[in-house]
Amino acid sequence: MKRVGVFVCHCGINIAGTVDVERVVEVLREDPRIAYATNYIYMCSDPGQDMVADAIREQELDAVVIAACSPTLHETTFRNVSATAGINPYMCEIANIREQCSWVHTDVDRATDKAIRIIRSIVEKVHGNEALEPIPVPVTRRAMVIGGGVGGIQAALDIANAGLEVILVEREPSIGGHMAQLSETFPTLDCSQCILTPKMVEVSKHPNVRLMTYSEVEDVSGYVGNFHVRIRRHAPSVNWSTCTGCGDCMEKCPSKVPSEFDRGLTERGAIYVPFPQAVPNKPVIDRDACIYYRTGKCRLCEKVCQIGAIVFDQRDEIVEEDVGAIIVATGYDTLPCADLGEYGSGEVPDVIDGLAFERLLSASGPTTGKVRRPSDGKTPKEVVFVQCAGSRDPERYKAYCSKICCMYTAKHALLYKHRVHDGQPYIFYIDVRTGGKGYEEFYHRTEEEEGVVYLRGKVSKIFRDGDKSVVWGTDTLTGRNIEIRADLVVLATAIVSQPGVQDLVRKLKIQVDKDGFLSEAHPKLRPVESITTGFYLAGCAQGPKDIPETVAQASGAASKVIGLLANDEMQHDPTVAYVDEDLCGACRICISVCPYDAREFDEEKGVATVNEALCEGCGACVAACGCGATQQRNLTDGQIREMISASLGEA
Amino acid sequence: MDDRRSETEEQRLLLRKEAVRGEFGLSVDELSGQHLYACYQCGNCSAGCPLASEMDILPSMVMRLAQLGQKDELLASRTIWICASCFQCTVRCPRGIDIQQVMDALRQMALREKVDHFGPDDIDPGLAATVPQPGLVSAYRKLST
Repeated sequence: MKRVGVFVCHCGINIAGTVDVERVVEVLREDPRIAYATNYIYMCSDPGQDMVADAIREQELDAVVIAACSPTLHETTFRNVSATAGINPYMCEIANIREQCSWVHTDVDRATDKAIRIIRSIVEKVHGNEALEPIPVPVTRRAMVIGGGVGGIQAALDIANAGLEVILVEREPSIGGHMAQLSETFPTLDCSQCILTPKMVEVSKHPNVRLMTYSEVEDVSGYVGNFHVRIRRHAPSVNWSTCTGCGDCMEKCPSKVPSEFDRGLTERGAIYVPFPQAVPNKPVIDRDACIYYRTGKCRLCEKVCQIGAIVFDQRDEIVEEDVGAIIVATGYDTLPCADLGEYGSGEVPDVIDGLAFERLLSASGPTTGKVRRPSDGKTPKEVVFVQCAGSRDPERYKAYCSKICCMYTAKHALLYKHRVHDGQPYIFYIDVRTGGKGYEEFYHRTEEEEGVVYLRGKVSKIFRDGDKSVVWGTDTLTGRNIEIRADLVVLATAIVSQPGVQDLVRKLKIQVDKDGFLSEAHPKLRPVESITTGFYLAGCAQGPKDIPETVAQASGAASKVIGLLANDEMQHDPTVAYVDEDLCGACRICISVCPYDAREFDEEKGVATVNEALCEGCGACVAACGCGATQQRNLTDGQIREMISASLGEA
Repeated sequence: MDDRRSETEEQRLLLRKEAVRGEFGLSVDELSGQHLYACYQCGNCSAGCPLASEMDILPSMVMRLAQLGQKDELLASRTIWICASCFQCTVRCPRGIDIQQVMDALRQMALREKVDHFGPDDIDPGLAATVPQPGLVSAYRKLST
């Protein structure tokens, strides 16, 4: 029989407040299946870990049970301690007497009884454990980044600079994302394009980066270290390798549709580049807008292209690649003005959203940075900014704070005053949130030096009266309802997840939260990793955040990827399924239930097999197997029976 | 009161740039030497004012109405006359605004409208006999033209 040691943690009062740890130890010391038992106030502390290691050596223990918090917190910690002290790490198991016992009970006697039963059950498990070695899995030392905004660009550059190959996939014809649309950035008022475009060029020219714009991930198979991805390269209908980007085709295109990049403030042709600084600076044909694709006539672009780069019958291309890790940096969208009924559903003239106002402020925008209202091109003298347009409204729109609007609205008001000196900006707000370096000071500057009138309250209604957009709001500081006859209204619409994200997460098998933002593995300690191993998160796809935070998270995700890909092989948890080939009835039910495609059939032997690199040890096949042929290492049917008996026996 | 528009909604305050950036606000700034828009409405002045219970408008609201250019309401308020210029608001303001100076500016503006808020008839003869003379002089200087 193994000599098993039990170490009961108080976790301060987290466990000891509800579980009588002294009594637990007294009872366990009488147990013939347990060779040694002790307790300590914080087992995870340095002295606590030393206590475990010393006991393993001095008591000549073969296996240990740490009765403490959830294994997700400290299983690795104590397995490392066990290995240091000379026993196989898989001879260490955690009995969770915190989350599953002390935290959820109040009756000390009964909680103590339950803790003893939990520990005895794990003691039986560890008696049945076998020594295991991690399974080495080869790693493809390349990465893919999905999304070419500032987050994706930063992540790709960091990985590429570490000497690893990166594929950067962007859905739009150009990289740059929303940041390329912005005028100046808070709180320093750097020109957005001036700081972004050098990075766009750098990533496109980096020898380790393979840039795939106008492309989408079709599907992903495989597992961490060994993903196989299929990428659809949409046909630009232009031969990019011969196209010089001269722009003649775009000038002559007779089709006109609203420019997405300029938020509909200008029009673009059917053949277009999204903006002049686009990378790559090569046009695509929007086939839905193109007259030739709709009517079979026109082909004007083909006629003016002197090098014959237009290829009308070009087809989408599927590219297959192997990568070891994937960063998802797919960014955000904003709540459409059309969804905001009380603000005119996007139909009141001169009521625009923040991104459209960015274009009006931008030196490269449709008005070359002069603030002109869309309806008649006049300079607006009174401008109302409405914060929380769809944010912080759990009943009708989004419950969360979109985080960046307080700052960008302050910036909008300030830049407006810089452009229109005799203009008056008003900002309706519920709270002004300026957490960030230099942000509060920027807000004060806006309010004090620029004379922006902050009105504390929501806007109830926006409607047209003559050439004015009338805003009805309130100022709770004075208790007055307010009316402003505005020339222009800017809505700080809620940041929302990309509409395509649901489709993407299904392909990647990663998780999103209730609002459609990507779920991180741990909100505090693993904020750049997805719950699914091998996927990493960066930028607003994970939740609303500003540029510095996005860049920081992207670099964080990149460093995780670099760490993962630092070695040629990685270690896979060996607690996987295995098959007793003599018992296998070849029914193949295991193959149909496996969510990881880890079960295969060996036609030669006529038995089901396990791809250990793919197996996540979920146990689905073990439960499904009718003949008991499939078992899970260190969690066999026999072990589970002993665990049940132990937990039902005398405490 | 012409800022209010009865045709849209009786109680709705029409804000216009002429009001919020108008002569009144600039005069208050000039007379007080303070910057009205530095106030971010934390309410510290009201919280600490020893005479707040006697006021019809709290000091922080005086700052707010001044920011919004509400001259008539401010000059008709009791608050500006109740203010004892004790400086508590001034020393505690996190934005360093000398609020007492703003009160004084508003009093000056009210007095320039040639309205006396204190005269011989306003004081009980019996009380007048007991009040120290410097007090009466102060009251005349502060409250009358």
